[in-house]
Amino acid sequence: MNEFVIELQNVTKAYGSQWVLRDINLQVRRGEFLTLLGPSGCGKTTLLRLLAGFEQATCGVILIDGQEVSHLAPERRQVNTVFQSYALFPHLSVFDNVAFGPRMKGCRNEALRQQVVDALRMVKLEDFADRKPAQLSGGQQQRVAVARAVVNRPLVLLLDEPLSALDSKLRKAMQLELKQLQRQLGITFIFVTHDQEEALSMSDRVVVMNEGTIEQVGAPRDIYEEPDNIFVAQFIGGINILSGVVVAAAHPRYDVNLYGKTVTLNARRHFAVNDRVSVLVRPEDLRIWRAWEATAEDAPFLFPAAVEEVIYKGSTVDMIMRLDSGEPLATTQFFNEEDPANINLDFHRGERVFVNWVGDWEVMLPHEN
Amino acid sequence: MKTDGLFKFVSLGTLWVWLFVFALIPNLMVVAASFMTRGVEDFLAPVISLSSYARLLDPLYLGVLWNSCYLAALTTLLCLLMGYPFAFLLTRASRRLRPLLLLLVVIPFWTSSLVRTYAMVIILKSKGVLNEALLAAGLIDEPLELLYTDTAVLLGLIYALLPFMVLPLYAALEKLDGRLIEAARDLGAGGFQVFIRIILPLTMPGVIAGGILVFLPALGLFYIADILGGAKSLLVGNLIRDQFLAVRDWPFGAAASVMLTLLMGLLLWVYHLSARHADQRTLT
Repeated sequence: MNEFVIELQNVTKAYGSQWVLRDINLQVRRGEFLTLLGPSGCGKTTLLRLLAGFEQATCGVILIDGQEVSHLAPERRQVNTVFQSYALFPHLSVFDNVAFGPRMKGCRNEALRQQVVDALRMVKLEDFADRKPAQLSGGQQQRVAVARAVVNRPLVLLLDEPLSALDSKLRKAMQLELKQLQRQLGITFIFVTHDQEEALSMSDRVVVMNEGTIEQVGAPRDIYEEPDNIFVAQFIGGINILSGVVVAAAHPRYDVNLYGKTVTLNARRHFAVNDRVSVLVRPEDLRIWRAWEATAEDAPFLFPAAVEEVIYKGSTVDMIMRLDSGEPLATTQFFNEEDPANINLDFHRGERVFVNWVGDWEVMLPHEN
Repeated sequence: MKTDGLFKFVSLGTLWVWLFVFALIPNLMVVAASFMTRGVEDFLAPVISLSSYARLLDPLYLGVLWNSCYLAALTTLLCLLMGYPFAFLLTRASRRLRPLLLLLVVIPFWTSSLVRTYAMVIILKSKGVLNEALLAAGLIDEPLELLYTDTAVLLGLIYALLPFMVLPLYAALEKLDGRLIEAARDLGAGGFQVFIRIILPLTMPGVIAGGILVFLPALGLFYIADILGGAKSLLVGNLIRDQFLAVRDWPFGAAASVMLTLLMGLLLWVYHLSARHADQRTLT
């Protein structure tokens, strides 16, 4: 048995002269929860439709379970889709919606009833079998759509932004349920979303897409902590980008001139002296010091700044700092239990502070325009 | 506000008066006439009798009714078989082409259907356009006898009523959500299964509406049977017309007319029930 349930080799899709997907190479492992993440129009839904068989690739090879499927109709593929709009059949009851797939495979009578009831129990809707889709809430319709797909025990379940129509509370609950369902069934999930938080919290691996190409594939933590490029860094979570110039190179240690200060940073990539670089720092990795807290030995790594905006967020306090060199910086400060009075968060606008970050938590990338 | 009220009063009032004078009263007169008997000097004698209705049960007239229903049903079926694929193709046509194609469906309405029926005569007669073309093409050796046959009446009815089938079907197919078709295919349904299980049930209101709009007029369009069928085929519409204008037996014509109206009413009631049923299936 092939290790990969789905393989895409140089898959390209164009509508006329409009490129939607360019040269996509991707391997999906058996049983993993893979998320396609990207802004709208990045081609993630088109990629899903290619896998389902609703679209034909302009060129390239798609293998499902080791079999070339380019000319296989949707009804002959071992994949099922949960549609964004659910696409439940309005004239059929919940039972008949879920029974649709098994019936197409010739399943009848008691065996059919058993399969359908099991699937409905899995999504906790066994009492709603006789209802029509229009008699259900959005969350319930969502569950029917999931049950209707998983009852067929597909090799791969494709989910096209299935939670986008739900309110945030229900959405969080469904995220958890889908994740549990996936573990329980062991089916490979390919989940499309434009919500980075959803992608990070649910996936085994995330595929970040932009303008029809794959920007990065990796575990949520890799994507967040070691972005391959500035697009990925900016799309996932907040990020501060500082630009500098390499003044001394001794891989992996580099001295970089940032706004007149020379700081020593770690880098995975190789750079040469005089290369322009972007230094990426997450808002929550920034540390803020009051003038009296800073000591002389820290001085090379401290950037003087002024507090421009303080935003109380409940679990965090977000602040916008402006470096004396004119660059804005976003910071996120967590409440600290060792500081019950929260003196550390008690900043006010216009206050003079110093900013640095936890060493080695930065990411250094080549400068991009 | 006051002028609005006046406008409403005048417009609705006119409509009500119109319907009362030109629809309700004549219909009541027909019902009344159906219970009277033939007069010696006048068309009607004020003698109450059910004899006209009794005569309707004569096998001769039941045969006419059966023949009419058969022809109307056949017309409806053929219109459906032709209209469904056509309406389906209409919904698949490009957005620019669609209004043009719809216009082509509607254009025949711009000419009187009587005139169009005479045009059918020119096409169908033994030295008509159709036979000349078939002869010239070498497909037949002698002219086909088309005019003044049941086939000609059927062709005429289909020609006159096809748009009434296409338009409701188009409306129903247009509303159909393409994602449901994708979902069905995703779940393993081939083209035939998708049609039977998804497309047909969801467009059933259009099928029924189109069926009613074709079947009911097909029962009553007497001039098509007259012009294209000659004197051979007697249909309910012709029967009624003949009783009033030729035989001058008003009570019997009125009774036949009432029966036809009741039949149509029954069909509309069935349609209403099925439409309400369909609504409950999709909406509640």
